[in-house]
Amino acid sequence: MGKIFNQRNIIILLILFALVFPLIYADNRYVLHVMTIGFIFTISVYGMNILAGYTGQLSLAHAGFFAIGAYSVGILTTQGGLNFWLALLLAVLITCATGFVLGLIALRTKTHFFAIYTLIVGYLIYLLIDKWDGLTGGIRGLIGIPIPDPIGPITFESATSMYYLVLFFLLLAIFVAVRIVHSLTGRTYIAIRNSEDLAQTLGINTTMNKLVSFVISVAFAGLAGGLYAALTRFIGPDVASTHMVFNFLMYLIVGGIGTLSGPLVGTMLFIWFEQFLKSYQEYHMLIFGPILVFMVIFFPSGITGGFYKLKMKFQSAKNQKNVRHIKSIPVKSTKE
Amino acid sequence: MAFIQLKGITKKFGGLTAVDNVDFEIEQGKITAIIGPNGAGKSTFFNLINGFHKPTSGTILFEGKDITNTPVHIGARLGIARTFQTTHLFEQATVIDNVIVGHRLRTKSKLYDAIFRTRREKQEEQIAYQKALEVLDFVGLTHMAKAPVSTIPQEAKKRVAIALALATDPKVMFLDEPAAGINPDETEGLSQLMKKLAASGITICTIEHKMQMIMGLADKIMVLNHGAKIAEGTPTEIKNNPIVIEAYLGGGDPVAEVNRHHSEVRGV
Amino acid sequence: MDLFLQQFFNGLTLGSVYTLVAIGLTLVFGILHIPNFAHGALYLIGGYVTLMVMKGTGAHYFVAIFASIIVVALLGILMERLVFNPLRNSPPIHDKIAAIGLVLFFEALVQLVWGTEYLRMFSPFDNNISVAGVLMTSQRILVIVVAFVVVVLLTLFLKKTMMGASIIAMAQNREGAFLVGINANAVAMMTFAISGALAAIAASLAAPINLVFPSMGHLVILKAFVVVIIGGMGSIPGAIVAGLILGMTESMGATYISNDYKDMIAFLLLVVIMTIRPKGLFAKGVH
Repeated sequence: MGKIFNQRNIIILLILFALVFPLIYADNRYVLHVMTIGFIFTISVYGMNILAGYTGQLSLAHAGFFAIGAYSVGILTTQGGLNFWLALLLAVLITCATGFVLGLIALRTKTHFFAIYTLIVGYLIYLLIDKWDGLTGGIRGLIGIPIPDPIGPITFESATSMYYLVLFFLLLAIFVAVRIVHSLTGRTYIAIRNSEDLAQTLGINTTMNKLVSFVISVAFAGLAGGLYAALTRFIGPDVASTHMVFNFLMYLIVGGIGTLSGPLVGTMLFIWFEQFLKSYQEYHMLIFGPILVFMVIFFPSGITGGFYKLKMKFQSAKNQKNVRHIKSIPVKSTKE
Repeated sequence: MAFIQLKGITKKFGGLTAVDNVDFEIEQGKITAIIGPNGAGKSTFFNLINGFHKPTSGTILFEGKDITNTPVHIGARLGIARTFQTTHLFEQATVIDNVIVGHRLRTKSKLYDAIFRTRREKQEEQIAYQKALEVLDFVGLTHMAKAPVSTIPQEAKKRVAIALALATDPKVMFLDEPAAGINPDETEGLSQLMKKLAASGITICTIEHKMQMIMGLADKIMVLNHGAKIAEGTPTEIKNNPIVIEAYLGGGDPVAEVNRHHSEVRGV
Repeated sequence: MDLFLQQFFNGLTLGSVYTLVAIGLTLVFGILHIPNFAHGALYLIGGYVTLMVMKGTGAHYFVAIFASIIVVALLGILMERLVFNPLRNSPPIHDKIAAIGLVLFFEALVQLVWGTEYLRMFSPFDNNISVAGVLMTSQRILVIVVAFVVVVLLTLFLKKTMMGASIIAMAQNREGAFLVGINANAVAMMTFAISGALAAIAASLAAPINLVFPSMGHLVILKAFVVVIIGGMGSIPGAIVAGLILGMTESMGATYISNDYKDMIAFLLLVVIMTIRPKGLFAKGVH
């Protein structure tokens, strides 16, 4: 009925905006760079959302997997001399393989134990990168990571081309996330988040499903990490730090955990927010920390979740009005 | 061959014996009830058959097959369904969205099918959706299918939980206090539903505190006390069994006592 | 042999600090079922308050520690009231996230107020003494002695007082404790206060050896989690044993294996243990 702002149109508008954005800021490398970084982090946060938001398992090793992706690309291209695309593919595979093994062990633990276990595994990855000088360059980091190799006539030397490259992967990631969430597999994950006991009695192999969900989640992180390495061309152990995973978590919570648009909204909002507060970088957390606490207490489903709740309230109020109109019609009894 | 047969089932938690050497049979197509005072080990008993707990000793046979150490999800695939005292539903989602996943165990779509939205995925989504409609119709909730669970009354939630269990295509359904926390009228409705389930060929085994309901419903009753089976038989036999009466109050009518106890707890 | 003894005492010191921090964590976990990631912030602030009181007022080390205990215990209560209490009925993911928010906030706050430099805390116990032929600072002896006394006092408190008994009762059975009329709010606040006080003591004891800096809580808290998991969540004896084991392992590992990788030892130990026993070493068989 002439609703212009339905979901599909909003999505098309957003994609169009993302596509023309570089034309508006064609000569502003800084803006494009921030946008691109934001997209990369968004991909990673989508991965986190699949595991924490839909399957209900909070893994604090996510930055560790992001780092594994980044360092895989870094090491394979600088020391192995591999083509970027091959390195990126291998990076995702390496991340998945590591995720599979670690997930197999970590998922034997539950709730709090799982969170603590993964926090420590994440820290272990950080320590490993920090100390393994020969492979990772230790605290000095990896420098001189090459830009992606050209595909035919397309080169990736300009900020704009990197922007489009990352945008492509972001759209791909969102597409995959949407497909998963709206599938029987997605329903299975939600059932596990809701109650593992109930899910089991419904014949769901929770161990297997959690593991698959874990691997998808780290695949997103690995992909994001690999792109990050190619974009910044320098990586240090910091990409694996706990602060990194806390940031991802913050983007997810504020945007809306367990919602499909939450990762995008939360990440992009914070990325720009952080840019505005750049001169106070040390003290970001004076504001962000309390925001995080405030959100989980009062808006546990984040900005997008809160928005949907309002919408639902509005709709059910409307429905109730309709119900009053037809109240004279006898309602079928609920009893047999 | 008994449908479900338990032989010498014992479950110990540390030094505590929750279920003590119980032999029991559940007959196919019948309604079996398990009663007993609080802490008698009724829920543990369910968890043992269901597979959440492994018995310390004894065996459980389902249609002649040993399922003593079968994981919960495999048991479900064999046809053992159950509900919990708390419904564990996803409150923010609609009734039908809650129920669709119930048929997941009969579908084969994997992650690959989800991402590429294969024909199998589409077909199976349709099958699960149809199944959900069918079971919601069975429990009489078709008109609430699109309502968020958080907005429907307690009694309807119990029905959703039963619909969810029903969507797994079970042979037997274990109901853990299905009538707890709902009023007498609704209890009657739920009894009707259980009879309808049994009539459709699904064996029912229920834990219940509401004696009147059980006496009018069950074909067979087992009484547990301190983890041990102290009696089993038809409702009439149980009502007149001196050991049962003794266990419930040391004399007096178990039905009256339990009902009194319940009204006290609920402050009726 | 001297080297071994030296490392033995170092391990004991280290283990004492871990134990104090871990007992606070394990108490909160046992009673409220919250893995308090913000515990590191309590430790951090404990260290700074002691230092600042000493610097600002010239107070004696012990007086400063006492002030720090009060401040951090109050902070613990405040955390419980303002953050964890409102979240008590939320899904388990939420209180963990809130705790992370608190850590981020307090670290930034400390940086804002006191800067990012590494600061020295001068303890009156900086003289060297010889124990069993090993030369060590008396600060290390102090750490071990104070930790021992605190643990004994805490045990007495939990065993002999009404409040202590309530804490134990609630740790064992929350609903049951509620039924017999224990004031759950009071117990929760008390537990956070104790937890904070222990963190303040631990930080103040360790600070003269390890310096005071904004990220001083990071490693300690992670290791305390290792201790808590190994010792079994909610178990004080478990925390003591595991704390000492970890301290010893690290101290010996640093000497005999590699100083570079010493921090990894704790975490690898945990990974190995949790791989074999997902619920911890001393966890009971059933939940």
